[in-house]
Amino acid sequence: MTAVTNPPAAARAGGFRRRLSRFLDARPRVRLAALLTGPAVWLVVLYVGSLIALFLTSFYQLNEDGTGIIKKLGLTNYHELIDKSVYRTVALRTIKVAVAVTLIDIVLALPIAFFIAKLAKPKARALLITMVLVPLWGSYLVKAFAWRALIGSPGGVIDKTVGASPGYGMPAVVIVLSYLWLPYMIVPIYAGLDRLPDSLLEASNDLGAGFWTTFRSVVVPMLLPAIVAGSVFTFSLSLGDYIAVQLVGGSTQMIGTVVYDNFASNLPFAAAFATVPVLVMVLYLLGIRRTGALENL
Amino acid sequence: MRNTHIRRARSVVVFGTALALFATACGSDSKSSSGGELKAIGKGEGALSIVAWAGYAEDGTTDPKVNWVKPFEDQTGCKVSVKIGNTSDEMYQLMSTGAYDGVSASGDSSVRMIDAGLVSPVNTSLVANYADISSFLKDQVYNSSGGKNYGIPHGWGANYLMYNTDVVKPAPDSWSVVFDKNSPYKGKVTAYDAPIYIADAALYLKTAKPELKISDPYSLTQPQFDAAVALLKDQHSIIGEYWANYSTTQQAFEQGSTVLGTTWQIIANLVSGAKKAPVATVLPKEGSTGWSDTWMVSSKAKHPNCMYMWMNYETSPAVQAQVAEWFGEAPANTKACALITDDTTFCDTFKATDSAFASAIKFWATPRKKCLDGSGDNCVPFSDWIKAWTEIKG
Repeated sequence: MTAVTNPPAAARAGGFRRRLSRFLDARPRVRLAALLTGPAVWLVVLYVGSLIALFLTSFYQLNEDGTGIIKKLGLTNYHELIDKSVYRTVALRTIKVAVAVTLIDIVLALPIAFFIAKLAKPKARALLITMVLVPLWGSYLVKAFAWRALIGSPGGVIDKTVGASPGYGMPAVVIVLSYLWLPYMIVPIYAGLDRLPDSLLEASNDLGAGFWTTFRSVVVPMLLPAIVAGSVFTFSLSLGDYIAVQLVGGSTQMIGTVVYDNFASNLPFAAAFATVPVLVMVLYLLGIRRTGALENL
Repeated sequence: MRNTHIRRARSVVVFGTALALFATACGSDSKSSSGGELKAIGKGEGALSIVAWAGYAEDGTTDPKVNWVKPFEDQTGCKVSVKIGNTSDEMYQLMSTGAYDGVSASGDSSVRMIDAGLVSPVNTSLVANYADISSFLKDQVYNSSGGKNYGIPHGWGANYLMYNTDVVKPAPDSWSVVFDKNSPYKGKVTAYDAPIYIADAALYLKTAKPELKISDPYSLTQPQFDAAVALLKDQHSIIGEYWANYSTTQQAFEQGSTVLGTTWQIIANLVSGAKKAPVATVLPKEGSTGWSDTWMVSSKAKHPNCMYMWMNYETSPAVQAQVAEWFGEAPANTKACALITDDTTFCDTFKATDSAFASAIKFWATPRKKCLDGSGDNCVPFSDWIKAWTEIKG
């Protein structure tokens, strides 16, 4: 009978599948390789690779008439970064903005997250956390342009309704970035509070601690990793921003805008300046590794 | 407003261009030219890939009614993909990839492109409409080099001094109002956010400080350059914001956060049209800087025939009329003036045929060590202009 001597294709495929699974089952290393090759290529080539390209480029330099790049390693760009005070000023200003944005977001996010996690009814929680996340669905550019129309002075919407507005400048940059990154701070803090047992708060209350004492001595220490996790987002996002500062920054510049201004005309120098925020972030992450916050990311 | 359309369309255009580029890269119609000028226009290659300012090559994506790319494609069979260049620096960078056939370059990138060999000389005798282009745009330092032409002029405009007529009194007639450290309009002054703006300061110093002996604002010796930079560092304290995208300064003038500064005629037209703020423009007594854009052919053009056809098409009176009206600039081909029927005063507003006016304008050119005005080899190169601009903004 033909069916016996010539099994149907599906059965053959099934046999292959079974053989493959037996093969993989016996060889855990092959299994792991098959699973990780894709993501590893992504991580190494596209992510680490581009960082290495950035780093390498930062040691190249422009030729004399500025029309091409000499691919010879040297420290020219870094000398210039250190020699000229303007780049220190810009780097420091950017770090200050990132710190201010992070602090403002912590102050704003703590009560909001506390309310959602501990005071709101369980049913309202999902709705509230969705509302926190909704702004992230809108385009960054739209929000930044909207702030431009709001914050201008004179003549902006805030100025017309309230009678005063900071106008374009550093304060405006801090306000807009604080607004833009706030959800990235609320979510980790909310998650941290969610894991904080109510019984601890009750125990503190029973032992006679008021709200502020409980907050200071119980909530904040236990939340620290969550706060630090949120700050990684707000800090790094602020450090790299170049669009908000173009729209509401008035006459000021930050690392991002200087990189943007230079990348087409002097790529090696732009790359050198772009390593500054990378360096700052590495130091920042090394500093916070001890807090255990990285496990909370 | 047309400019918001333009901005919104950019991402679409960029994506479309990326796709088209991919398609052309995969096509087999590529015929590399050696970089010399073309002897005769052959058969179209069926495709064309250009870098252009927003509004220079409209293909209906911004506004379905505004489309002069489609008729070109129908006439020539050259399928056009347009990559919008947002700044001169970006255009230079795009052209250095060699992936495009041509570019609508402004003077602050054109000289760099010529010097770097990114663009080829253009045989103007193959472009019939070249004969009708205003003579004051031909053989200029920003579109020719060593006796050779490197492109076909497209259109031009001046950088005007614009002011809010309700606030700024008396009406200014000199650039001194934007360089006055004790300006009563402190915080409401704007300036163009690009290194080439240093030339505006140099042009002002040419008359304000004759002892510096500045003759050409793009050919500055180190002391002259330092004086211009110092002037701009002082100016920084009265600047409310620098503008790079014209829609932002349009909005700033409309809401009143900016009342004074350098702008383009199109911005004045848009603000006046919106009727939110009363503004006027003036060409100050010191003269002014300006831009004159040139269609250039890439030295690595894969579709040189289509590019030549495009340059001739783009400078024909009918297309020039559409571009000039859409973008808001003086057309290079003044035969276009008669065809702008919506606004018969258009060419008067933009002074398109006024050669005396044009001669008062110092059109953008890329500064280099070998002085553009031929005065020597001691001029400050553009790379230093770029660095100085960062320092000026502080």
